[in-house]
Amino acid sequence: MSARGARGAGVALVLLLAWLVAYPIGLVLLDAVRDADGWTLAHVREFLARPRERGALWGSVWISLATVAGAALVGVPLAWATSAWAVPGRGALGALLALPAVLPPLVGVLAFLFLYGETGLAARLVQAALGLGEPPWRFRGAGAVLLVHVYSTYVYFLLFTRAALASLDPALLEAAASLGASRRRVALRVLLPQLRPALTGAALLAFMVSLGSFSAPYLFGGSFRVMTTQIVATRLNGDYALAMVETVALTAVALLALWLFGRLDVAESAPAVGRSGGRLRPRRLRGAARWAAPAALWLAALVAVAPLLCVLLVSFVPLGGWREGILPRGYTLANYATLVADPVRFRPLLNSLWMGAAATAAALALAVAAAVLVVRRRVPARRAIEALLALPWAVPGTVFAIAIATMFSVRAPWTGRWVLVGTALILPFAYVVRILPIVGRAALAGFRRFDPRLEEAAASLGAGRWRTLRRVTLPVLAPALLAGAALAFVGAYGDFVVSIVLYTYDTRPVTLEILGSLRQSDIGVAAAYGVVLMAIGGAVMALARADR
Amino acid sequence: MTPYLAVEGLSRRFGGVVAVEGLTLALARGEVLALLGPSGSGKTTTLRLLAGFEVPDAGRILVDGEDVTARPPAGRRFGMVFQSFALFPHLDVAGNVAFGLETAPLSREARAARVRELLALVALAGLEHRAVDALSGGQQQRVALARALAPEPRVLLLDEPLSNLDPELRGRTRRELRDLIRRVGITTVLVTHEQDEAFELADRVAVLRGGRLEQVGTPDTLYAEPANAFVAAFIGQGSAVRARLVARSGADATLEVAGRAVPLQGARVAGPLAPGDAVLWFARPEALALAPEGAAPLAGLVRERRFLGATARFVVALDGAGEVEVQAAPAAVAVGARVGVTVRAPATGVHLFAEEG
Repeated sequence: MSARGARGAGVALVLLLAWLVAYPIGLVLLDAVRDADGWTLAHVREFLARPRERGALWGSVWISLATVAGAALVGVPLAWATSAWAVPGRGALGALLALPAVLPPLVGVLAFLFLYGETGLAARLVQAALGLGEPPWRFRGAGAVLLVHVYSTYVYFLLFTRAALASLDPALLEAAASLGASRRRVALRVLLPQLRPALTGAALLAFMVSLGSFSAPYLFGGSFRVMTTQIVATRLNGDYALAMVETVALTAVALLALWLFGRLDVAESAPAVGRSGGRLRPRRLRGAARWAAPAALWLAALVAVAPLLCVLLVSFVPLGGWREGILPRGYTLANYATLVADPVRFRPLLNSLWMGAAATAAALALAVAAAVLVVRRRVPARRAIEALLALPWAVPGTVFAIAIATMFSVRAPWTGRWVLVGTALILPFAYVVRILPIVGRAALAGFRRFDPRLEEAAASLGAGRWRTLRRVTLPVLAPALLAGAALAFVGAYGDFVVSIVLYTYDTRPVTLEILGSLRQSDIGVAAAYGVVLMAIGGAVMALARADR
Repeated sequence: MTPYLAVEGLSRRFGGVVAVEGLTLALARGEVLALLGPSGSGKTTTLRLLAGFEVPDAGRILVDGEDVTARPPAGRRFGMVFQSFALFPHLDVAGNVAFGLETAPLSREARAARVRELLALVALAGLEHRAVDALSGGQQQRVALARALAPEPRVLLLDEPLSNLDPELRGRTRRELRDLIRRVGITTVLVTHEQDEAFELADRVAVLRGGRLEQVGTPDTLYAEPANAFVAAFIGQGSAVRARLVARSGADATLEVAGRAVPLQGARVAGPLAPGDAVLWFARPEALALAPEGAAPLAGLVRERRFLGATARFVVALDGAGEVEVQAAPAAVAVGARVGVTVRAPATGVHLFAEEG
C-alpha cells in the first residue's frame, strides 16, 4: 500500500468510526435540544425542574464516588496483605480474590440476590439462627447497590495495586528508612506516590463502571434512582425527548470525570511486573498475626467466592424446591437439561454465542486495521482514530444503547441512517461499538510492542508478504489480539445494559432470558444460565491465556 | 576482475536529508567489507538499501552481474543479521534456523539435517528446541547468524553484529565471528562504528561521513595513507593543526605554524600542494616528542596527561595554534608546565592535507 493509499485508508477509517461511535451520540445531543418545531431548550428546562431527575443524577454521582471509596478500602488492604505478608496459600488466595472480575454484571447481581436477597441463603441462615418470623432484612436501596458495586469493582484496586507493588523496588523503602523516616512517613512519602498512578487508574475504572452500572440499580435499586435506570424508564414511558436530555446529562458527567481523572497521573492498565531489580519480599508474620491474618484473608476469599458458589447451588434447585428451610430440599440436573432440550431455552444461548462471536470478529477486524494505520503506517489521522476507538469506553452503556436505538430507527440513507432496530443486526452492531475500546487497546498495544525488524528478517529469508503475515506477524501478535478478543467476547456475551434496550424476541440474549426466568420465579434455570455464562467466560479467558 | 557485489552511484534521501549520496563500492567474491563511520554517516541506510528494505533514489546494486536494485528483499537472497537479532519469539531455535528453508524444495529430513549442520557450525548443537528468549546474548547472536546462513545467501549483511553483547563477551565473539565468516567464505558487508571491529573482521574498510564515501581500503592503507584529515582522525588517534606550507622538496617540507618554522623530514603529502598553500598538519601522538622549551620549533602549555601504562599522552596547547597530542614517558613533564614540541625524524605518521573549504 502506498503512502497515499494509507492516508486515504486512514481517512476512510476515521469516517467509518465516526459514523459508528460519534454520530449516534451527536444525534442524541441534537434530539435533546430540538423538537418538531426546531431548536428548543424546553426539554432541558423540564429536566432541571423535576426533583426526580436531579435526584437521579445526584444518585449516579454519589453512588459512583462511594463505590470508588468502598472498593479502595477493600481492594488496597487486600493487595497489601497478599503482597507483603507471607500467608499460606498466597497464590490461591490471590486468584480467589480476583474471581469477581470475570463475572458478567448481571450474574453478579443474580449471585447477590441468591445469597443476600431476602429469600437468599444468608438471610435464611440469620432468620433460622435468631428464630425470626420474617426475613431479617430486605436487600434493597442504595446500600444494596453500593454493596454489589464494591464487590464487582474492588478487584481493580486489588489487581492494580498488586501489580504496582510487584514492580516496586524495595530499595526505595529501605533507602527512606535508612534516611530516618518512620514507617508512617515511608508509607506516605515513598510508597503512596509510587502507587498513585495505579490507584488513580483503578479509581477511574471503578467510577466509570459504577456510573454506567445498570443491572444492580435495576434489580436492587427500589426507590433509589440513578441515571442509567431513569433513562430506560423514561424511554419506556415514551418521553423520548426527556430521555435524550437524561442521556446527555449522564454523558456529560462521564466526560467530566474522565477529564478530571485525566489531569491526574493515571496508569492505563495494571503496570508491567518485574522491571526493577528487586522485588518486595513477603514478610513473615509474628505473634497473633500469624494465625489472625491468614484467617482474615481466607474469610475474605470465602466472601468473594460465596456468591459464585451460591449461583452454582441454586442452579441445581428444582422448580419450587426452595420455598422454605435453610437449604434446598432436593437437587436436580433438570435445569441444565431444560437449557439444552427446550428449544425456547436453548435459543438465547445460541443467540448470544453468534452475536458475541460476530461482534468480536468485526471489532477485531476494525481494531487491527486501526492499529496497522496508526502504528505501522503512522497516517495523519492516527490521533483521531485512537480517540474514536477509545470513545465508547467513556460513554455509559445505556447512553450508547439509546443513541444507537435513536440512530437506527429512521430510514435516511443520505444521512447514514437505516432502520436496524427490530432486526437481528442491531445487537451485534451495538456490541461492536461497546467492545471496540477493549480490542482497540489490545491491538494498539500489540502492534506497538511488535518489532518491525521481525518482518524484515522474514523477508530477507525469502518470505513473501503473505507468508510473513501468516508465519511471523500474526503468530507474534496472536497472544495480544486473542487476549483482547477474549475479554471483548465475554463482555458481549454477558451484556445486559445494551441488550435490554435493543433486543428483539428472536435475538434475545442469555442475560434477558435470565431476567425472564427470574420474573417467573424460575430461579433454578436463571442460575443455570448464570453458571453457563461464567463457564463460557472462564473457558474463553483460559483459552486465550493458554495460547501464550 | 568483475566484482561479485557492486554498488554504483547509490543515493537515498529522507525528506530533504541526504542519507547516502553517490556511493560506489565493489567487493570480490568472498571479500568482507566493513562500513565504518560515526552515527548519521549513512552506513546503516547503505546496509538496508543492500538488503532491499529501502529503495534507492538513484543508483544500482549488482550481484554476480545481475541487477537486483528493483528486487524485493525476499527475492534477493541476501542474509541479514540484525542489530537486535530479531529472532522470532514464537519459534524455537530450530524453527528460527529452518524459517528460510521452508520454501526450499527440501525433504523434511534434509531440512532437519541442514538445521543441525548450521547449529553445529555456530556451536549450538543440541539446543534445537530451546526457546530463543532463554538463550544468552551470545547464543542469540549465533542463532541469528545460523538463520541468516541457512538458505545459502549470496551475500551476508551484518548490522552492528556485536553491539548488543556484553563488553567482556565481545572480544571472543568477534574472533569466532571472523573465523566463521572465513570458513563459510561468504561475501559479507558489515556495519560498525567501532574501528577495532572493522579492522579485525574486514578485509577492507569503507569510511563514510555524511552519506558519502571518504575512503575505502585495507586497514593498513587507511592508517598509513589516509585520504583526508577526517579519515586520519577517525582511524587511530592524532591531532590536526592549521598551518602553511612554506617550502617543499621531495619528501622534506617546511611548515609555518603560528609564525614559527617547523621542518619535516619524510612527511606524507596528500594531494597536490604547493608552497604558500594553507594546509592541515596532522600528526599521530607517536610522531611527536617533548623537548625543553627553546630547543624545539614549537612550544606550549601542558593541559592534560593521560596515563597509558608504559607511556602517557600529553595534550599540549601550542602558542597561537591548536592543541596537539604527544606520546612520551609517563613522568616526562607535569601538567601546567611549559614544554617544547618537536617532530620525530623521519616523520612517519605525519600527514599534510589541503585545508578543506
